Amino acid sequence: MSKRTHISATVNGDPVEFLTAPSTTLLDALRDELQLTGAKEGCGSGDCGACSVMLDGRLVCSCLVLAVEAEGRRVETIEGMAEGGQLHPLQQKFLEHAALQCGFCTPGLLVAAKALLDANPDPTETEARYWLAGNLCRCTGYDKIIRAVMDAAADLRQAQRVIA
Amino acid sequence: MTDVMEKPAVKPELKVVGTRPVRPDGVDKVTGRAAYGADLALPGMLIGKIKRSPHAHARIVSIDVRKARALPGVKAIVTADDFPDLASQEYEAGESASNLRDLSQNVMARSKALYKGHALAAVAATSAAIAQEAVDLIEVTYEVMPHVIDVEAAMAPHAPVLHDHLYTEGLDERPKLPSNIAKRNRLERGDLDEGFAKAEVIVEGRYTTQAVHQGYIEPHACVCSMSEDGQGQVWASSQGQFMIRTYCAKILGLEIADIRVTPAEIGGGFGGKTTVYLEPVALALSRQSGAPVKMVMSREDVFEATGPTSGAVIQVKLGATRDGRITAAEVELKYQAGAFPGSPVGAGSMTALACYDLENFRITGWDVVTNSPKVAAYRAPGAPISAFGVESAMDDLARKLSMDPIALRELNGVRDGVKAAYGPTFHNIGYLESLKAAKEHPHYSAPLAPGQGRGVAVGFWFNVGGESTATVHVNEDGGAVVATGNPDIGGSRASMAMMAAEVLGLPMEKVRPIVADTASIGFSMLTGGSRTTFATGMAVTQAAEKIVVDLKRRAGLLWDLPADQIEWRDGAAVCLDPSKEGLRPMPLAAIAAQSAKTGGPIGAEVSLNAQGAGPGFGVHICDVEIDRETGNVSVVRYTAVQDVGKAIHPAYVEGQIQGGVAQGVGWALNEEYVFDGDGQMENPGFLDYRVPVASDLPMIDTVMVEVPNPRHPFGAKGVGEVPIVPPLAAVANAVRGALGVRMHDLPLSPPKVRAVIDAL
Repeated sequence: MSKRTHISATVNGDPVEFLTAPSTTLLDALRDELQLTGAKEGCGSGDCGACSVMLDGRLVCSCLVLAVEAEGRRVETIEGMAEGGQLHPLQQKFLEHAALQCGFCTPGLLVAAKALLDANPDPTETEARYWLAGNLCRCTGYDKIIRAVMDAAADLRQAQRVIA
Repeated sequence: MTDVMEKPAVKPELKVVGTRPVRPDGVDKVTGRAAYGADLALPGMLIGKIKRSPHAHARIVSIDVRKARALPGVKAIVTADDFPDLASQEYEAGESASNLRDLSQNVMARSKALYKGHALAAVAATSAAIAQEAVDLIEVTYEVMPHVIDVEAAMAPHAPVLHDHLYTEGLDERPKLPSNIAKRNRLERGDLDEGFAKAEVIVEGRYTTQAVHQGYIEPHACVCSMSEDGQGQVWASSQGQFMIRTYCAKILGLEIADIRVTPAEIGGGFGGKTTVYLEPVALALSRQSGAPVKMVMSREDVFEATGPTSGAVIQVKLGATRDGRITAAEVELKYQAGAFPGSPVGAGSMTALACYDLENFRITGWDVVTNSPKVAAYRAPGAPISAFGVESAMDDLARKLSMDPIALRELNGVRDGVKAAYGPTFHNIGYLESLKAAKEHPHYSAPLAPGQGRGVAVGFWFNVGGESTATVHVNEDGGAVVATGNPDIGGSRASMAMMAAEVLGLPMEKVRPIVADTASIGFSMLTGGSRTTFATGMAVTQAAEKIVVDLKRRAGLLWDLPADQIEWRDGAAVCLDPSKEGLRPMPLAAIAAQSAKTGGPIGAEVSLNAQGAGPGFGVHICDVEIDRETGNVSVVRYTAVQDVGKAIHPAYVEGQIQGGVAQGVGWALNEEYVFDGDGQMENPGFLDYRVPVASDLPMIDTVMVEVPNPRHPFGAKGVGEVPIVPPLAAVANAVRGALGVRMHDLPLSPPKVRAVIDAL
């Protein structure tokens, strides 16, 4: 077996270092080396989105990224979404709208939904549905998820207007 | 008139039940804290991997593990030889009875591999990579045999036989030869020939469905540890920690007391996590290695080696008078069971005509083994399949009679006092109310755009009760903790806490619900059959009621008053004795603070076997639009009406209905196991096994009809399973409306729809 590589990266704003094998995915490194188990493996083939994280500001399936590719880069996971003990408005709206049942897809959906609202603060329902089409949820039928995302988007726009 | 007669039967106004609080486990689930099956790691933990059969049907000539065992880092290897060879015995522990021999041989093949993916051996090693390398080094010699997967091909006289010991049960005469037909069941009433002779209109159809998977996003996962004194611990995601304990004990030949199972959060189950696959194997590997062993399935393993539900053939013949009264119904169901007997054809038969009040009918069900993974329960097991046939035929009947499809169902619908096709007499059902609500819903009268079609279908599920345990403890500050033995698969912690809060008169936030391990709570049947809110909720409510009785007694001691002079109101003891005017209500917190003076800690446990689960009925309306170029069917509007008894947490009831509809739409339009000529599944991944994604679906409108179930303290009926029953036919009937042609074979995938369009 080949020797492990030393990786330095930024995860949720903090510098981290870990050793990884060349074939290890970013998902496995996050879960097994950094004990960040919020990102889930539902398929390992990029089809379910449960492992969604941000890599240098871009939404990726962490099961399709090699851990060595994280060298010198910025990773954001579900564990970094709430700040200073305050839930992100998307997290709050997911709770209020009962947008989760088993909760397994929820971390990935929240990361993907945040990426949507960062890129498009005022999505139509159709845009939200297509953006989130890479995140499978088997429990909810998506109805309450879409409502939560649209509601959070409206709140965030309102907050932006107040700041402006 | 007497005072007793005057006493109002109306319950006091509910303060918590029926509201929509944030679920107690919610924050953990939106922040990534919640720990599912694969999220636990123990010091010194090994990784286990399974060697699986590449063949759909093969005799196992030999398994040579010597090279694998010699690989550095390999700590244990097990095969069927490491498990007791169990005798055939039916055992009740999952959602339905399982045969322990079959269960054991499904966990680890003994002499034959019966489907591609069947477990043959397992390895535990210091890393996943070493475990995988060792799996590849295990040398298995096979004698490949002809296989059979299609249900009717498996029933044919010269089909390859999976089990030499399998003789069809339920026939008038025991057959002379073994076959793949495990069982024939039959339900009948009246005189079928006479019924059809009276009919003025007859419709007939032959329908097929393919095997579909529950598709929970979390693959099966566990960590197991067995110490040198034989004490085993299991941490696993499942629908029942007690189910895992029982099955592990039976499969490994251990005492139940030697196994403790702690439930992890469960990432979806839908019936598919009502049995064991990995846990007994990981325990055996841990026993051999002396270290904890973690096992996690890949998605491919989940598709190839865990239970889908049956592919099936459904034949339906209905006869009716010209005014729409059904005079006879004949249904024949052939269900794949997978590698071992036990398809849900029994429930499929019992539910097939449950919505109809019929004088003459016959339902015949066939349970057939095939070289595919042993089926597992899937949400209302068996019912969506038979409903697909019956409701498609009902739609054809309505068209032939030029009758409104809801009116036809109202005319023939069951109501209180009617003896159900499957036996019991219905009481307190809300079927006609649900039909009425559907008929009056704006969706039903909304105009369709050109090219669109609308379909209606109904569905039924029994809902079950069963054994549950709950404890409620009052904390020193007057809050409470509720513990149950049922994994929370979709919000049951919330409903448990709400029911306890309602009885105790506390705000929901003061009640913390937990799901306890098998050593910390009494036996509870698994979470399934839509039983948890009903049965476990009943145990929680009764435990809280016992506490209220005790609190009144304690307030009496503190006030020096008899308990019958005290009422529990809004979370406080209230004195009813007018002579003690001025005695202020004593809140729970005050009683709790003085519990040492009145007998010690305040708590109650209730174990019960809940009876009287109210059956549920759903009425669905579906609109589709068809892309005539690609053949793609889009569901553009969907309304699901359901009798829910009483919604404890309405948002999660809606969620159950919406989720069931989405799975049913997937079943109707895209999902199917596709096998090649060698019996290999061609689409064991979410790319090619296409479950609905957000852009495939519209909002799913729900209507909750509340006809309370008097057997539950708050009127609840099970709600989780009914909603997957009608969608298959609701979608197919809508497609029939849009195309003008009946399609009989699911899924109604683009190539099939396109072929119909081309033939128009």
